[in-house]
Amino acid sequence: MKKEWPLWEVFVRSKNGLEHRHFGSLHAADADMALENARDVYTRRNEGVSIWVVESKHITASNPEHNGELFEPAQDKVYRHPTFYDLPDEIKHM
Amino acid sequence: MSKHLYNYILGIADNNLILGQRLGELCGHGATLETDIAITNISLDLLGQVRSFYQYAAQIADDGRSEDDIAMLRPEREYLNVLLVEQPNTDFGYVLARQFLFDAYHYLFLRELQSSKDETLVAIAKKSIKEVSYHLRFSSDWIKRLGDGTEESHERIQNAIDDLWTFTDELFHQTKADKAMIEEGIGVNNLKLKEIYYSNVSEVLKEATLVVPESKYFQKGGKEGIHTEHMGYILAELQYMQRTYPNMTW
Repeated sequence: MKKEWPLWEVFVRSKNGLEHRHFGSLHAADADMALENARDVYTRRNEGVSIWVVESKHITASNPEHNGELFEPAQDKVYRHPTFYDLPDEIKHM
Repeated sequence: MSKHLYNYILGIADNNLILGQRLGELCGHGATLETDIAITNISLDLLGQVRSFYQYAAQIADDGRSEDDIAMLRPEREYLNVLLVEQPNTDFGYVLARQFLFDAYHYLFLRELQSSKDETLVAIAKKSIKEVSYHLRFSSDWIKRLGDGTEESHERIQNAIDDLWTFTDELFHQTKADKAMIEEGIGVNNLKLKEIYYSNVSEVLKEATLVVPESKYFQKGGKEGIHTEHMGYILAELQYMQRTYPNMTW
């Protein structure tokens, strides 16, 4: 039997209307305990209104070795940013 | 001042203070990082609640003593907490069993205190009960986990429950202050909580595959200021700073 509890990733929504954001990780025996632990570890200073937990093994991560092929091609494609439009002055937040 | 009301408030507050101090001893020594933080949070909740009670007690005593004086500078015989909360942190099982046996009472007590005739007590009860609902959920969950966990966790939590059971009856004893306050509609008739307490506790224990102790032999004394041998050590640590450097602040 494994002695260590599995690792869980914690996502907290800090305000209604905002999205859940990754806050950190913790150990817990199951999902219920992970939620309780997340409440105690990450929201005791009034940081959140909703918590998601997911066992870390269920997250598929990109491989840092592939960063070149995955992300570099996007670097020299400025035309993918909508920066070449003349915006009317009335539009404040773009 | 109303001596009965003053003692009644201390009876409530001292439970929180001493249990909070006990849990505080575990800060940095928790079984895991997560339970360490959880237990320290509970300790801080209890100490937060206690401030409101001691402030109120100081106001009623009206003898120049502050909330800190009342909390920190009484001799052992004047502390009115139940024996249960002063029992030591023998192991994780004892910590959780003590917490569960107290939370189950604390929750019922605060629920009733919300209909007291004393507005200050009602306000404190309303604020505290949310925290205590969480404490009860936390400790009940752990009782179940340990109870139907491994052979060792089952045995240890059963031992802790068996040992601490002897301190549960005192929760329902009534001191002179209790009786006077019940009479005035200020205090909670704790005797009436006894049946539901044991029924709630038994339900959790059964779900945890634990045996509900049948012992009819119970300890008492804390509510009258007669404590177990552990109390002196708790106070020695709790009062050290104020006794050594009177009136110090930081």
